[in-house]
Amino acid sequence: MDSGFMHQFVQQLINGVSLGSIYALIALGYTMIYGILKLINFAHGDVYMLGAYIGFFCTSMLKLSFLPSILVAMAGTALAGMIIERVAYRPMRNAPRIAILITAIGVSFFLENAMILFASPQPRTFPAVFTATVYHFGALVINSQQIVILVSAIVLMIALTYIVNYTKIGKAMRAVSFDADAARLMGINIDFVISMTFALGSALAGAGGVLVGIYYNSIEPLMGMVPGIKAFVAAVLGGIGIIPGAMMGGIILGVVEALVSGFLSSTFRDAAAFAILIIILLYKPQGLLGKNVREKV
Amino acid sequence: MTRKFKTLSVLAAGLTLALALGGCGGGSKSGGGDTVKLGGNLEMTGGSASYGISSKNAIELAIKQLNEKGGVNGKKLSLVVADNKSEATEATNAMQKLITQDKVAGVIGPNLSSAVIASTVVSGGAKTADIAPMATNPKVTVDDAGKVKPYNFRACFIDPFQGTVMARFALDTLHVKKAAIMIDNSSDYSKGLAQFFKEQFTKGGGTVVGEEVYLQKDTDFKATLTKLKSAGPDFLYIPGYYQEVGMIVKQAKELGLNVAMAGGDGWDSAKLAEIALPENLNNCYFSSLYSPDDDSALNKEFVAAYEKEYKAKPDVFAALSYDSTLLFAKAMEAAKSTDPEKIAAALETLDGFVGVSGPVKFDKFHNPIKAAVIIELKNGKQTFRTKVNP
Repeated sequence: MDSGFMHQFVQQLINGVSLGSIYALIALGYTMIYGILKLINFAHGDVYMLGAYIGFFCTSMLKLSFLPSILVAMAGTALAGMIIERVAYRPMRNAPRIAILITAIGVSFFLENAMILFASPQPRTFPAVFTATVYHFGALVINSQQIVILVSAIVLMIALTYIVNYTKIGKAMRAVSFDADAARLMGINIDFVISMTFALGSALAGAGGVLVGIYYNSIEPLMGMVPGIKAFVAAVLGGIGIIPGAMMGGIILGVVEALVSGFLSSTFRDAAAFAILIIILLYKPQGLLGKNVREKV
Repeated sequence: MTRKFKTLSVLAAGLTLALALGGCGGGSKSGGGDTVKLGGNLEMTGGSASYGISSKNAIELAIKQLNEKGGVNGKKLSLVVADNKSEATEATNAMQKLITQDKVAGVIGPNLSSAVIASTVVSGGAKTADIAPMATNPKVTVDDAGKVKPYNFRACFIDPFQGTVMARFALDTLHVKKAAIMIDNSSDYSKGLAQFFKEQFTKGGGTVVGEEVYLQKDTDFKATLTKLKSAGPDFLYIPGYYQEVGMIVKQAKELGLNVAMAGGDGWDSAKLAEIALPENLNNCYFSSLYSPDDDSALNKEFVAAYEKEYKAKPDVFAALSYDSTLLFAKAMEAAKSTDPEKIAAALETLDGFVGVSGPVKFDKFHNPIKAAVIIELKNGKQTFRTKVNP
């Protein structure tokens, strides 16, 4: 490789953006749920795993193609998200925040182990729903799956932005997130809005699961753990509770990881991701896009 | 089996039972009758049951063949199996039972390293030789202080040796000079193979142009592979397990890294081709202890007999358990005795033994010095390529 550095740099950007768009899809759900409930839903990574398994079921057992599979997976995880909220979180609505947090960890373990029980801990191989065409631009390599992931992520994020900003339910979500009690007084059905938030956030995670299954070819019941935590870092990085922040945080995290593995050492990759979390929490705890709001006492 | 032999073994079993019931540990050594008992401390149930069942099949086949040829030192062999349930504590109990109740002349198994390490205390204390067919952890034959355990042997080579073998194959057969290595940092197995590969490869005139690590359950390797690719290697060594290896191979090919790739027996799974996709698995190699396609006459005979008996190809556990049985037989002949202690001494100095997995001779740490096989992947299909001698 002659003009090696630039090529490598751009290639690493491509690698990073495709990884980051998956973090972003998961981070969106984290951030939406946090925005509305002030709850860090640690089970979110496992909803993503659930999406991957539903996608696997659709493609390998029902022989569906890509689009129907991802839609079924999104519907399935949306339903799962609503059930989780109804069963595990709603009874805890007025409990101390730490109790809900622990419940979320419990739900996470429940989902992981239930999947191990039903689907066995063995990794499953995702069938190739479309062939990966590799495009070469000089020394740069882009694969059609990377493009599909990026495009799907962008389409979903645009759809989400539209729903949140321009629909009635989106307006209700913003209202509940701003002040739940006032929203209730204005006649907004808070339970319904929260339920819908879980549905939307979980559907995005489910889509992320299917995309990852196709991209990496392999899924397993514990696949949600690390991406779940990374997405949490991404959400905090962008400013937890802020939707564009989650997208930005996800992409930045993906790119940083790729650059660190590419130019420093792969050993430092995860360390870099968590160093970002620590630095953000120390110097700008409200996140990159967060406004510095003083707690009312 | 003859009728007389059956009656005898029933009598012997009854006698042992009577002795055991009487709470008496003494009695005749196993060489007293016309049969010599070998113990099988095997994984008959539990998570690794498939290993134990393969072992049992192969040992029974070996014993049957030996008995047809007139047995060892004029005595027939028989097998007593104790189930270790794939657990270390149960393996210790099984060892105790085989040695004190069944009074076996020697024990084959367990296959799991952790189970062997736990049970060597018993076999060592009772001065009875034990051959573990497939336990690859160095601690199986060596204690914590680095001293060899006098009564413990194994039929497989230890893991890191595979790194040495692959380096030799890469240099001598593939004629590559610049290797890149991807190490699974969460596995001692992977680190050991990589270290031995590196030592041998550089000693043989090659250079290691890049070395990167990953962790188990990682899924994205593109950043690391892009970096390795820029170093311009002509060989990629990935001594990991099939799950991550599959993804690494696939992503490397997607990035246009079209060099020969190789690894250790962690590659040996049908899942590898599913994850990496068959078309990406060309010009790929892995080292292994045994291949049923090995073209030595001895192995062909074994595979045919095994297939006839069990309607399946023997796996590596079967092959090494078969060799373990033959090793005991050979040691008994050399010692001209069935006394457990004399058998152990004979194993130590055994020379000129050839098994289905190749010639075996024990080094001073009771690890066999033996050949490894190289398996080539062609469109994801495993084919026997060659055998590399130590």
